[in-house]
Amino acid sequence: MESGNKITDLLTKIDDNIWEIPEDYSPGMNVPGRIYLSDKLIRDLELETLDQVANVAKLPGIQKFSMAMPDAHLGYGFPIGGVAAFDEEEGVISPGGVGFDINCGVRLLRSNLTVEEVRPKMKELTERMFEAVPSGVGSKSRLRVTDSELDDIYLHGSKWAVENGYGEKTDLEHCEGGGCIEGGDVGHISIKARKRGRPQAGTLGSGNHFLEVQYVDKIYDQEAADTFGLEEGQVSFMIHCGSRGTGHQICTDNIKTMSQASKKYGIQLPDKQLACAPAQSEEAQNYFGSMICAANYAWNNRQMITHWTRDVIADTFRSDIDELGLELVYDVAHNVAKLEEHEVDGKKKNVYVHRKGATRAFPRGHKEVPLKYRDVGQPVLIPGSMGTASYVLHGGDRSMDISFGSACHGAGRVMSRSHAKKEFQGEDIKMQLEKRGITVRSAHPAVIAEEAPGVYKSSSEVVNVVHELDIARKVAKMMPMGVIKG
Amino acid sequence: MPSTEVKYEYLEHTADAKFRAYGKTKEDAFANAAEAMFNVMINTSKVDCKHREDIIVNAPEIDELLVEWLSELLFLFEVDFLAFGEFKVENITEKDGEFELSGHACGEEIDLERHEIDTEVKAVTYNDLRVEETENGSMVQVTVDT
Repeated sequence: MESGNKITDLLTKIDDNIWEIPEDYSPGMNVPGRIYLSDKLIRDLELETLDQVANVAKLPGIQKFSMAMPDAHLGYGFPIGGVAAFDEEEGVISPGGVGFDINCGVRLLRSNLTVEEVRPKMKELTERMFEAVPSGVGSKSRLRVTDSELDDIYLHGSKWAVENGYGEKTDLEHCEGGGCIEGGDVGHISIKARKRGRPQAGTLGSGNHFLEVQYVDKIYDQEAADTFGLEEGQVSFMIHCGSRGTGHQICTDNIKTMSQASKKYGIQLPDKQLACAPAQSEEAQNYFGSMICAANYAWNNRQMITHWTRDVIADTFRSDIDELGLELVYDVAHNVAKLEEHEVDGKKKNVYVHRKGATRAFPRGHKEVPLKYRDVGQPVLIPGSMGTASYVLHGGDRSMDISFGSACHGAGRVMSRSHAKKEFQGEDIKMQLEKRGITVRSAHPAVIAEEAPGVYKSSSEVVNVVHELDIARKVAKMMPMGVIKG
Repeated sequence: MPSTEVKYEYLEHTADAKFRAYGKTKEDAFANAAEAMFNVMINTSKVDCKHREDIIVNAPEIDELLVEWLSELLFLFEVDFLAFGEFKVENITEKDGEFELSGHACGEEIDLERHEIDTEVKAVTYNDLRVEETENGSMVQVTVDT
C-alpha cells in the first residue's frame, strides 16, 4: 500500500457512518470489510487497524463482512471493536478473535440514591469499595476456592455466586445469557489456568478495569429508561472486569494449539495471532468448551464484586439492599464468541460470532433479550473513559442486519499507554478529576495516567454513530462521581 | 537499527505494549526481551536477586519459543508473586523440529511499593512476532496485551 494515501481514499462510503473496505484492498479477502465511523472519527483511524479488519476478512467461512465498530482501534490480530461471524460448518473459531481477557464485560447496578445523598459520602464510599473489592496487579480474593468449586464456577458462572450467597436470583435474569453459557468443558483446562483461577474469584484486576460510582445525567428515551429503572439524578454503579488470569491462560494455551492446527488444516494466516481451526474440529471445540468456562468465570467474578459493592453501599447508607433498590440493570460481555442464529442471504443459520471489544445489541422482540426488556431491546452498556460520560442504550432494530446484533463497547483508545505516561502524571490527573468532583482511588498511580480521559476517543461521538445507525439507541447518559481503578 | 549497546526499545502501539530486543546471540535477545517485558510491569532495577527460578520451555517454532519463555515468566509473576530483575537464557537448541530453551530468571517476592508496579501485562501475543538474525546478532519483536 502506498503511504500518503488518505484513509478515506482507500474506502468506499456506503452511507452515513458506513465505510467499506473493498475485497480487492488486500489479496485473499473472502468478504469486504465494514467500518462504522462518522466522518469525524474516521480521521483518527490508523491504517494498521484497517489492515487488521482486512486480515480477519481472509479467514475461512466468514459471513457478510469483517466489521469494526466506531470505537475501533489497533489491536493484536483482530482489531479492537472487531466483529466477525463464521459459518457453523464451513467457518473457523479463533481464540484471538475473543482475546486474552475472555468475557471482559460491564454491568450496571441501579439504586434509589440521589446525587445529593451520595455526594457528601463519596470519599468514604470509594475508600470502602476499594477495601472491599480486591484490585490491582496480582490481587487475590478473600476467598480461595477449591478445585471442585472452581469447576462449578467454570460450568455455572453467576449461578454459582448466587447459590452461594453472593447475590439475588433476579441478578441472573438481568444478565446476558443468565450469567452463564451452557456447554462448558473443564476437561481441557490446563493446570496453569486452574492455578491462576483459584485465588482470583471476585477480583477486579488492573489496566482499564474499574468500579465506578455514577449518576444519571440525562434521559434520552423515557419509556426505555422506565423499563430499565433509570431516572435523572439517580446514582448507579458500573463494574468493568473480566476472567482474570484464568482467561488469559486459557487463551494463551489455545493459541499455541491453534497455531499448529492452522497448519494441519492448511489455513493461511495473515497474522499468527489469528490462529484458528475449522469450527467443528477437535481443536476448535476444545477451545470453545474452555472459553465458555472462562466466560462463566468472568460472570461469577462480576457477580461476587456486585455482592461486596452492595454490602458497602448498604453499610455506608445504613440501609438494606432492597430499600436502596440496588438492582442489576444488565451485564454484557464484550470479548466473547457465541453460537447464534442470524439471517445471512435471506436464510437463517447458526454462526460463531466473535466480538473482540464489541457488545451484543439485540433488538426488541429477540428471544435472548430478558422478558422484562423484550419490548424495548437489550440494555447496551457503553463505559466512557475515566472522567467522561458512560451510556446506556437499547439494542436497535437494525443491529441484526448491520452488525450481527453488535455495538461498540467503549470509547476506544487513541493514545498508547506509554505515550500517556509521558504526557500525563497520575497525581495531576487525579487532582484535575477531583476538582471536577470525581473521587479517584487506585492501587497503582501509573494506572491513572495510562487511563487519563485524553487517551480515549470522545465516548459521545462513538455512541452517536451506533445511535444514528439504529444499531443501538441512546437511553441514558451517566457522569462519573468516583472511580476505583486496579 | 540501534547499536548493540541498546538492549531493547519500545515501539508505539495504541492499546498494548510492543518492543524490540537485541543481542549478540538469540539467547541474549530472548533474555533482553524478558527484561523489556518486566519493565512494562515494574521497575526491574529495584528488584533484588534473592531467588533463582530455572526455566525450560519447548515449542515447535522459534518465535513460539519466545512466547513460551515470556508466558512462563508471566505465570510465575502472577501465581508465585515473583518480580524478576535478571534474566539469562543459557541455551536454545533445535532437535527433530522441536525447539528448547533453558534459562533462568532471578528476583524476589513482589513488593508493591518498592518495585513500582506499573502496567499489568495480561499475556504475550503472536501479533507481529519476530525472531530475526541481524548484522549485529539477533533481534526479536513482541507485542504484549496490556
